[in-house]
Amino acid sequence: MHRKTLCAMALAVAWSAPLSVRAQDAELTKIRDEIRQMKEAYEKRIEALEKRLQETEAKAGKAADSAEQAQSTAVAASQAAVQASSRPSAENAMNPGISAILNGVYSNLKQDPNTYRINGFVPTMGEVGPGKRGLSLGESELGFSANIDHLFRGNLIASISPDDSSIDIEEGYIQTLALSNGFTVKAGRFFSAVGYQNQVHAHAWDFTDAPLAMKAFLGNQLNDDGIQVKWVAPTDLYFDVGMELGRGRAFPATSGGGNKNGFGSGSLFTHLGGDIGSSLAWQAGLSYLATSPQNRTYADLDSTGTPVTDSFSGDSRLWVMDGVLKWSPNGNPTTNNFKLQGEYFRRNENGTLAYDTQAASLGTQTGSYRSRQSGWYLQGVYQFAPMWRVGYRYDRLDAGTTGIGLVNTGALTAADFPILGGYNPTRNTWMVDWSPSEFSRIRLQFARDYSRMGLTDNQIFLQYIVSMGAHGAHQF
Amino acid sequence: MKNVFKVFFAMVLSALALPAAAALNVFACEPEWAALAGELGGDKVSVYAATTALQDAHHIEARPSLIARARSADLLICSGSELEIGWVPLLLTQAGNNRIQPGSPGYLEASQLVERIEIPKVVDRSLGDIHPAGNPHVHTDPRNIARVAEVLAQRLAQLDPADAEVFRSRAESFKARWQAAIVRWEKDGARLKGVPVVVFHKDMSYFIRWMGMSEVGSLEPKPGIPPTPAHLAELVEQMKRAPAKVIVYSPYNDAKAAQFLSERTGIPVAMMPFTVGGTARAKDLFGLFDDTIERLLAAVK
Repeated sequence: MHRKTLCAMALAVAWSAPLSVRAQDAELTKIRDEIRQMKEAYEKRIEALEKRLQETEAKAGKAADSAEQAQSTAVAASQAAVQASSRPSAENAMNPGISAILNGVYSNLKQDPNTYRINGFVPTMGEVGPGKRGLSLGESELGFSANIDHLFRGNLIASISPDDSSIDIEEGYIQTLALSNGFTVKAGRFFSAVGYQNQVHAHAWDFTDAPLAMKAFLGNQLNDDGIQVKWVAPTDLYFDVGMELGRGRAFPATSGGGNKNGFGSGSLFTHLGGDIGSSLAWQAGLSYLATSPQNRTYADLDSTGTPVTDSFSGDSRLWVMDGVLKWSPNGNPTTNNFKLQGEYFRRNENGTLAYDTQAASLGTQTGSYRSRQSGWYLQGVYQFAPMWRVGYRYDRLDAGTTGIGLVNTGALTAADFPILGGYNPTRNTWMVDWSPSEFSRIRLQFARDYSRMGLTDNQIFLQYIVSMGAHGAHQF
Repeated sequence: MKNVFKVFFAMVLSALALPAAAALNVFACEPEWAALAGELGGDKVSVYAATTALQDAHHIEARPSLIARARSADLLICSGSELEIGWVPLLLTQAGNNRIQPGSPGYLEASQLVERIEIPKVVDRSLGDIHPAGNPHVHTDPRNIARVAEVLAQRLAQLDPADAEVFRSRAESFKARWQAAIVRWEKDGARLKGVPVVVFHKDMSYFIRWMGMSEVGSLEPKPGIPPTPAHLAELVEQMKRAPAKVIVYSPYNDAKAAQFLSERTGIPVAMMPFTVGGTARAKDLFGLFDDTIERLLAAVK
């Protein structure tokens, strides 16, 4: 229809044109040609337009078809999803409680953390330093726990270090459920009941790092492979006694554990605890750890400035006294609460000390070794408003007396054992933290650390700790 | 070192020889279940309440005193549904007492015996401290207490067959008095039907449903998250549009937020006893509901 109108218009224009007679024929031929060309051109364009229209319509149809198909696929998929979710949920019903702990820290350290040492004390060769400078991801913890059957409960806590991608088993143990008369037995790897804070997971600590005494005497935190037997008395006043026998895989025993049958470490512990009225709860403990390290090595710089490896063999005896007092008005800690915690460590080591076992400097020599050392800390944490807490901790170590046979006989000098030189490290720590829920915490901590002889380390930590998944229950 | 270990074993063996207590030891996680065990057991039971009305059963620590009591318990009764998830699991693993492990007759979760409400369709911590198994505060509906009483009486008889007859007759007496009281409470509380109420925490939900009241808001922005200024401001606005008739809170809650909302809106505030011991009048289970209803009636008149 459009085409006809165009042609009619063109013809009307052509025929009505005023023309001279002689020019008429030539002109007329020319005009007819032009009109024919126009007609042809229009026809072509119109054809092209029609073609495009048809194509577009076809495409639209296809699109609608495919939309419909997509919809039906989605319906099928969601049906499949419903079926799928109903199947594994039955399987998942018996899955253990899974939890993950994430933590990250920003550290501002005046001294190079790679030079960290606790002067006056045998290096534990463990992770006792203040960590890396700047922003870093802390160790992530992955925990699984469940009742295995009516007799046992299982617990596995793995810590994943972010940089060397290694996975450490922090705890992996089974625990009895069905024993009676107050007995429980644990077997596997677990945090030792020696002291108080050693049993508490790092994410539940009130400060970013461990007390100096734990670093010096327990290599930060002691988790041996072994067996623990504990008995709780049938009295209203809480009283327990327990014993642990272990391989002795870490400080203060030999690193890696001695290659021998039987046990490499043994400990005994006892606790008393109770309430005073409804606002105060307390616990006091005494524990003893005995190990016999064989070739327990550590690194030092001797008087010539050469890095040497020294090693201790003999007996190590550690006594720990601990106490905790918690206050909250009427036993309701929601708004305000206060926690006072302290531990006193005392260690005697007796045996032989071998100097330069690799013969890297003045040659290997062996003499007697005897040390009596102690350390303690006291800390208080106060929740002054819901979600907000402040805390202060004082750390002090006493290097006591150390008798090195090789120095006493004059074979070597005290300068060959600089790290064992008498020094009393101290540290003051302040912190404030904010816990918007039970599952997250943000903490700012400042410490003035005198672990290194003659050097002050100002340490600032800004840290977050969050837990996901199963609701963990924390020990008192 | 060997001598030290010998002494240790001697201590353990001598302690084993201690005589067991005579009455049935009941460890109740909350005061309402302690009161119920007292009603049903009389002098045949020795009841220990692990918490008081002034404490929040969500936030209790596994204190040494609680482990010591769980150690010698013959029966443990708790609300359950994860209310005590932060401390009861530790008591169970630390106490070395197989009589009160889940699955044994000495383990009783009250909320598992009744129909629970507010079971979340979506479980996510961003929604607050929610309980996947539903609202655990089942004792605020007296009909639930009647149901728990039946099972508890059976358990007591099962654990101490010699006194089964005592438990049966006490249970019957309790049931008769309780049913009569429920009729009385429903009559007295008829005026509460349809009354809109703002709660602090969703711990009165069963009571509200029983009385036919309607919960129109909570001071906590999300379950377990303390009231925030922003949320309280929202509530003030909401109350201007559709005012509630009463704001309630429990003795273990911080009263400040409830009073703030009351001052801004003129809506009366009432502290509920919530459980036995929450107010002077709520000295037993009967007093608990007498006082709860009376306080609400006084507030909404």
